Amino acid sequence: MAYLDHAATTPMLPEALDAYLATARVAGNASSLHADGRRARRLVEEARERIGAALGARPSEVIFTGGGTESDNLAVKGVFWARRAGPAGRRRVVASSVEHHAVMDGVVWLGEHEGAELTWLPVDRTGRVEVEALRAELSAHGDDVALVTTMWANNEVGTVQPVAELAALAAEHGVPYHTDAVQAVGQVPVDFAGSGAAALTVTGHKLGGPVGVGALLLSRDVAATPLLHGGGQERDVRSGTLDVPGIVAFGVAVEAAVKTQQEHASRLAALRDELVARVQAAVPEAVLNGAPPGAGRLPGNAHFGFPGCEGDALLLLLDAQGIACSTGSACSAGVAQPSHVLLAMGADEAEARSSLRLTLGHTSTSADIDALIAALPGAVGRARRAGKR
Amino acid sequence: MSGGVDSAVAAARAVDAGHDVTGVHLALARNPQTYRTGARGCCTLEDSRDARRAADVIGIPFYVWDMADRFHHDVVEDFVAEYAAGRTPNPCVRCNEKIKFAALLDRALALGFDAVVTGHHARLDEAGRLRRSVDPAKDQSYVLAVLTAQQLAHALFPLGDSTKAQVRAEAARRGLAVADKPDSHDICFIADGDTRGFLRQRLGAAPGDIVDATTGAVLGQHDGAYAYTVGQRRGLRLEHPAPDGARRYVLSITPVNNTVTVGPGDALDMSTVYGDRPVWTRADGTVRGEVQLRAHGEATPATVDVSSGQLRAELDQPVRGVAAGQAIVVYQPDPGGDIVLGSATITRAAA
Repeated sequence: MAYLDHAATTPMLPEALDAYLATARVAGNASSLHADGRRARRLVEEARERIGAALGARPSEVIFTGGGTESDNLAVKGVFWARRAGPAGRRRVVASSVEHHAVMDGVVWLGEHEGAELTWLPVDRTGRVEVEALRAELSAHGDDVALVTTMWANNEVGTVQPVAELAALAAEHGVPYHTDAVQAVGQVPVDFAGSGAAALTVTGHKLGGPVGVGALLLSRDVAATPLLHGGGQERDVRSGTLDVPGIVAFGVAVEAAVKTQQEHASRLAALRDELVARVQAAVPEAVLNGAPPGAGRLPGNAHFGFPGCEGDALLLLLDAQGIACSTGSACSAGVAQPSHVLLAMGADEAEARSSLRLTLGHTSTSADIDALIAALPGAVGRARRAGKR
Repeated sequence: MSGGVDSAVAAARAVDAGHDVTGVHLALARNPQTYRTGARGCCTLEDSRDARRAADVIGIPFYVWDMADRFHHDVVEDFVAEYAAGRTPNPCVRCNEKIKFAALLDRALALGFDAVVTGHHARLDEAGRLRRSVDPAKDQSYVLAVLTAQQLAHALFPLGDSTKAQVRAEAARRGLAVADKPDSHDICFIADGDTRGFLRQRLGAAPGDIVDATTGAVLGQHDGAYAYTVGQRRGLRLEHPAPDGARRYVLSITPVNNTVTVGPGDALDMSTVYGDRPVWTRADGTVRGEVQLRAHGEATPATVDVSSGQLRAELDQPVRGVAAGQAIVVYQPDPGGDIVLGSATITRAAA
C-alpha cells in the first residue's frame, strides 16, 4: 500500500489527533457565558492566537470556517458583495485561470447571478500566473475591480505563484487581494502580513489537522458580507457554533506544520526528486508538468503526463495494486473532466486527460516510491493499450 | 453497474464465484444543465450513487467510466437515424452490441480484465451458448442475441438461473438498498418517456401525407413520418373512418416521400421476414426453430434460412406488425432454456 495523494488530504498529525480527542471529551459551547463556555472559548482563542502567530496574522484577523471551500467562498463572494455595495459599486472580479473549483466556481457564479464582470488571468506553460496580465488589467479596469484572487500554490501541478508581486500590484490600486493558500501552508513559507494579501484561505486537513475546519485570514480593514447569517460568532462575518475540538486540533496542526516547514519541505523535496527521477527512468516518455522542482514548486508535488494513457485508467490500475493517487480533478459524478489547469497551461484535451498527480506528505517514505515504481510500468503499458481503442 | 438491483446482485454473485471484480458505472448521458462545460452526469446522478453504494456493500472497487461520446454516436444518433429512415430501432440491442460488449469490453480487456459481468436475465451454458432466462417475463436474451461468439466468450450473466423475484430477495438478504428499486423500462436517454417528442426535437417537424394503402387517397396529415411505427393504430388522427368501419393501422413508412401508409389490420399479417447483418452460430443453411420479432414478443415457429449474409424466416403462422429495424432472434426450443441460434436486423416482411 502506498498513499500518494496527500494533496487530497493528509493523515492527522498525532499531536493534532490527541488534542482533538482530549477536547472532544469535554463539552462546552464557546459562546456560552458559564464556566464550561469560558473554558471552551479560551481554547478557541488560544488556537486563534497560535494560528495567527504561525501565519503572520493578528488573532482578530483569523476567522474560523468549515474549511477551504467555505473560506474561499467567503472571501470571493463576501468581498465582492461588500465592494459592490460600496460607493464605487465595483463589480469586476479578477482570478487566475488555474484556481481550485472552490474559488473558480464561486467567481463564475458571481458572473452568472450577481452581475460580476470576470477577468481570468492567463498562466504560462508551467502554470504560473502572468504578472504582467494583472498589471495590464488593473491599469485598464483598476477603478472597477472588486477583488483579485489567485492561489498561493496550485493544487494540481504544484506551481507556486508570485503572490508578493500580485499582492503588491493589487495594493497599488487599492484592490483587496485574496489568496487560497490551502496547498501552501506547511510546504512553503506563508506569512500573511508579509504577503500583502488582504485575505488568505487555509484549511486543516491538508496540513495534518482535521477535515471540516479551516480559516480565512481577513484584514481588519477589508469588509466581507457574510455567507452564513446567525449568531455572528466570528467577527459577525461568520456564524455557527464553533467546532472547539476541530479548532484546537487545527491550531495544533498549523503550529506544528509551520514550525517544521523547512525540514519537512527539504525531506519532501528530496523524496519528490527521487520519485520524479525513478518515474522518468521507469517510463521515459513521462512528462513532468508544472514548474521545475525548486522554490517555484511545492516540495511534495509531482504531476506527470503519460502520453497515450488516460489518467483514469492508470488510477484504476494503480489502485488495484494498492497505490492511491489522483488524476488531479475530482467530480461529483466520478467522471474525470480534462483539467482546466492543464488546459490553461496550453495542454490539449488528450494531454490533459493523460495526467496523474502524485503527492507526498509527512507519512511518505521511499517504500511508497518503491511500490509505485513496481506497479507503474505495467500499468502504463495496459493503460496505453486501452487508450489506443 | 447501472444502479439497479440486477447488476448489483450480478456483481455480488461474481465475487462469490471467486472472481476479482471491479464495479463500473457507465456515464452515458450528456448533461447540458450542468454548469461545468462538458460535464457528464450518468443516466442520473442518483443511479451512479446507488451503484457506488452497492459496490461498497459488496466490497469491490468502483469507478465511473465516461462513454457518453461513444454512446451518443453509436446509440442515440443511430436511434434517430433509424427512425428517420423509417425503421424502428431497439437501442438496447445497439448498446449491448456497441457499448457494453464492445467499447466497455475492449477497454476492460486492455486493462487486464477477462470478462464483462452484467445483470442481464439470460443464461450462458457451458458450451458458450446463449439461452433464455428461467424467468420468461424478464428474459433478455432477445437484446443479447446480437453478440458474437467472441463477445460472449468474455461475458458472464450470473442471473440467468434466477427469477426477478429471487434476485430481489437475494439483494435484500445481502443488504443492498436497491432491492426494492423499481425496474427501468423506458429508453434511458429519453428521460420523460416521450419518444415522439424526442424525435421531433431532433428531427424537426416534417409534415407529410397519411395515405390509404388500397386507394392511394390522402386521408390526413402527420408532423413527421418518423413518429410512426408499423402496426401502430393510435394517434393517427384521421377524420374519416374507413368505408367498412374497420380500424386502420400503419402499414409502412416511406421516408423518401415522407409518407405514412395506413390500411386494415390484416394487411399487417406477415409470413416471411427478411433480415440482414445476421449473427449466426452455425453454418449457413436451413433450420427449424422459433423466431421472436420484438422485445417481449411471443416466439413463433418458423423455418429459417441463412445464406450469404441474409436471413429469411418463413413463419408457420402469420404475425401481425413486423417493424423493420427490430431484431429477429431465432431460438431452438430446449427444456434447459431456449437456445439462441442467431439474430439479424429486420429489413422487410412479406405476406
